[in-house]
Amino acid sequence: MDAESLLLALELASGSGQGLSPDRRASLLTSLMLVKRDYRFDRVLFWGRILGLVADYYIAQGEMETQTSVVKGRFMGDPSHEYEHTELQKVNEGEKVFEEEVVVQIKEETRLVSVIDQIDKAVAVIPRGALFKTPFGPINVNRTFEGLSLSEAKKLSSYFHFREPVELKNKTLLEKAELDPSLDFMDSLEHDIPKGSWSVQMERGNALVVLRSLLWPGLTFYHAPRTKNYGYIYVGTGEKNLDLPFML
Amino acid sequence: MEDSIPVNQKIEHQELGETGRPWEETVTTSQAPELGLSEALELEQGPETGLQPRSSPPTMPLSGARTPDRPVDDLVGLRASFPSSAFQELPSTLSPLALARQDFMAPWQSDKTTSVISEAETPHFGHLEQLSDKGGSTLHQTCQSKGNTFHQSQQTKYPLYELRDVSDHTSKQKELRFDIFQEDDSDSNCHLDQPESGASQVAPSMLEIAIQNTKAYLLKTSSKSGLNLYDHLSEMLTKVLDKRPENAVDIIENISQDVKMEHFSKKLDTLQNENEMLPTYEMAEKQKTLFLQGNVEGADQELEDEIAEHALPNIMESAFYFEQAGVGLGTDETYRIFLALKQLTDTHPIQKCRFWGKILGLEMNYIVAEVEFREGEDEEEVEEEDVPEERDNGDSEADEDDEDELPRPFYKAPQAIPKEESRTGANKYVYFVCNEPGRPWVKLPAVTPAQIVIARKIKKFFTGRLDTPIISYPPFPGNESNYLRAQIARISAGTHVSPLGFYHFDSFEENPDFEGIQVIDLVESLSNWVHHVQHILPQGRCNWFNPIQKKQEVGPPLLTPISEDLEIQNMSPWTTRLSSNLIPQYAIAVLRSNLWPGAYAFSNGKKFENFYIGWGHKYSPDSYTPPVPPPVYQEYPSGPEITEMDDPTVEEEQAFRAAQEAAANSTEENEETEEEEDEEDDYD
Repeated sequence: MDAESLLLALELASGSGQGLSPDRRASLLTSLMLVKRDYRFDRVLFWGRILGLVADYYIAQGEMETQTSVVKGRFMGDPSHEYEHTELQKVNEGEKVFEEEVVVQIKEETRLVSVIDQIDKAVAVIPRGALFKTPFGPINVNRTFEGLSLSEAKKLSSYFHFREPVELKNKTLLEKAELDPSLDFMDSLEHDIPKGSWSVQMERGNALVVLRSLLWPGLTFYHAPRTKNYGYIYVGTGEKNLDLPFML
Repeated sequence: MEDSIPVNQKIEHQELGETGRPWEETVTTSQAPELGLSEALELEQGPETGLQPRSSPPTMPLSGARTPDRPVDDLVGLRASFPSSAFQELPSTLSPLALARQDFMAPWQSDKTTSVISEAETPHFGHLEQLSDKGGSTLHQTCQSKGNTFHQSQQTKYPLYELRDVSDHTSKQKELRFDIFQEDDSDSNCHLDQPESGASQVAPSMLEIAIQNTKAYLLKTSSKSGLNLYDHLSEMLTKVLDKRPENAVDIIENISQDVKMEHFSKKLDTLQNENEMLPTYEMAEKQKTLFLQGNVEGADQELEDEIAEHALPNIMESAFYFEQAGVGLGTDETYRIFLALKQLTDTHPIQKCRFWGKILGLEMNYIVAEVEFREGEDEEEVEEEDVPEERDNGDSEADEDDEDELPRPFYKAPQAIPKEESRTGANKYVYFVCNEPGRPWVKLPAVTPAQIVIARKIKKFFTGRLDTPIISYPPFPGNESNYLRAQIARISAGTHVSPLGFYHFDSFEENPDFEGIQVIDLVESLSNWVHHVQHILPQGRCNWFNPIQKKQEVGPPLLTPISEDLEIQNMSPWTTRLSSNLIPQYAIAVLRSNLWPGAYAFSNGKKFENFYIGWGHKYSPDSYTPPVPPPVYQEYPSGPEITEMDDPTVEEEQAFRAAQEAAANSTEENEETEEEEDEEDDYD
């Protein structure tokens, strides 16, 4: 969510229960401004909060990644903490091939970055129509986006993954014919595997639609239909829910 | 000035759609007004010239070149915005010209302009119909042809409309003078957009014809939508010039779409909106009842009672503290929950009530209230358990009678462990849930040990509907309401903690002499917090029930400090935090459970509260693995009589037969000797 509309966004995403204390909110607003200035970002978004054991991480994302999926467990909270991970690597020695245990050290910092990246790639959401693509390539924010209508807002197909499309090429020609190339250039949520990994709910009567990811519990996307308000925030432990197929 | 006549006919106006008619009329009557027109023109010359320079720049390309001696030249169906008041003043300004104007125009809307026109002054002539778009009014003139009553007073009109910005309103009045005017002729003038009318006049130049042709083309109405390009472009340009967006050229297609949609938006919207907004209104209606006070009779008495009652906790206060910790549902939502709880306490005989928390579900969420009924007011539970048991016995007996032949299985189901009495152990409190504040509260059934045992083995998301069946292995005895109750029991037992000393060690009641613990101490050491809900044994109960021949299970006693809690793979089961590092003197201690993510507790030294918000599952560092089915039960003991043996081979059989024969021979001999002996004995 944008730094400018942080307060409103937190209020709208509060249905999941995890927010920010007034203390943190105030300091966050200030620090987001400073980050924006120091790194010369165009926009700074408050991405979310990862809960660690000793301390929490508050993550801001500016606009202008590794192999750490092997590390399991909670985050410590200390960026310089090093994880030791033993890997079995094949070592060739002469004619023999045997496996040796190699201890790989991964810093929590790198792990943090890659987790954020993973979460973004997997579950960052944007409503259909908020971005459009020009024939020349660049993708622009749609200034005339007035929000989804109520019937559209309840369907998963009106939301896209905010990343490079992976599944678009696999669609049949018939499906492609219905797509509008300037708006439908990203993967929609409805083809996510496993089916049902998103929970769609309307809150406050029909005034707010909230999508929660079940694969990365803690990710909440909110949108007020017919308005321009939308955004997502992640507050959680930073671990993927691998038990999802059992739980549905 | 003869040229002015054709000009009149070129005057613009909107969509007429009747191209043929006006034509002919203009042709016939065009001659008449000429004289009058010229006079009028002269009169108007003054003001018009003044208008000229202003009007020329904004003329649309369609209108072609304006020559100075033809003030009235063209059309320019430009849109200008006129405030209606200014319009009304027209007649007065024109009075010297004896302008009789009738139902000239309907009130203009200020932000849109309509191209107007020529107005027939005589009553015979048309009346202007106003087409209302969403944003603008367009004048439409339908002329009726009638005899030409041509009044001297009538004037030619030159529709001079300038494209103006909204800010130009003040100058409208003056400009209006020049506008309009109408024209004489009985009819045709209305349909002045007919470019061809020029033909009847003095031969227009090639350029004019071309212009008129182009304009006619643009004004052609589409057979599909009833719009024409001319109007559409005018509306679009008006919108763009009114709003002046950034990079208009990039979003021009969207603007075009919006303008088109505006034509259709009125009627459809009301219908669609009604359908979509209904759930919102329903919700608001339901929540309205929350805000209404109960009956007014005896209000004073009730007020006193309510103030004396302390069943309802101060949720807003707890919410405030939890907000310091970054946990909570938002002030608005919390207040509604507060009101819903009040409704609960009003309708049920409740001694104590607490907002337990919120459990998220796939389709809907649960808001959970923990309640203790007043003494003796406990609602009776339906005795359902006995009935199924009796039925089972009956069935088995029937089977026996019918089919004695079938072997009876040796399997005896282990005795079901009885559930705990209400108000004790896991059933100490009664829980009510609702999906949203405003919806009715539903009481959850008491929990049985079997349910807790199986709930420990499965991990399922809640859907939000209490009657959903739980399909799992091992099969859960119950539906979602039972599963929910079991998880609530487990979470309460695992995460409800209070500062040390708050409750008496012996009596487990609140300690009135509790002096409070320093917040710093609460944060630094986990031994300052104790569990005040009984631990649930592996059996599924808090108080041990002894089925036959089992060893007693022991769990940690009540009021054990949480420092004794088991670690999860080298991770402490609790995380403590001060709510604010910047202002520590007013900070509170916040406890966060790592075993049940979503369970929080806070204390400011004296007060404390527990809260849960989450999906309702335990944390496990390893992935969930469903339990394996139990080994296959042994049907019968294996012994020699049913053990299968190999058939003897041929050699063995022969050897056996030989041995048998040998034995038979020897026994015969023995028998003969025995018989002889017997006979001898008998003779004695």
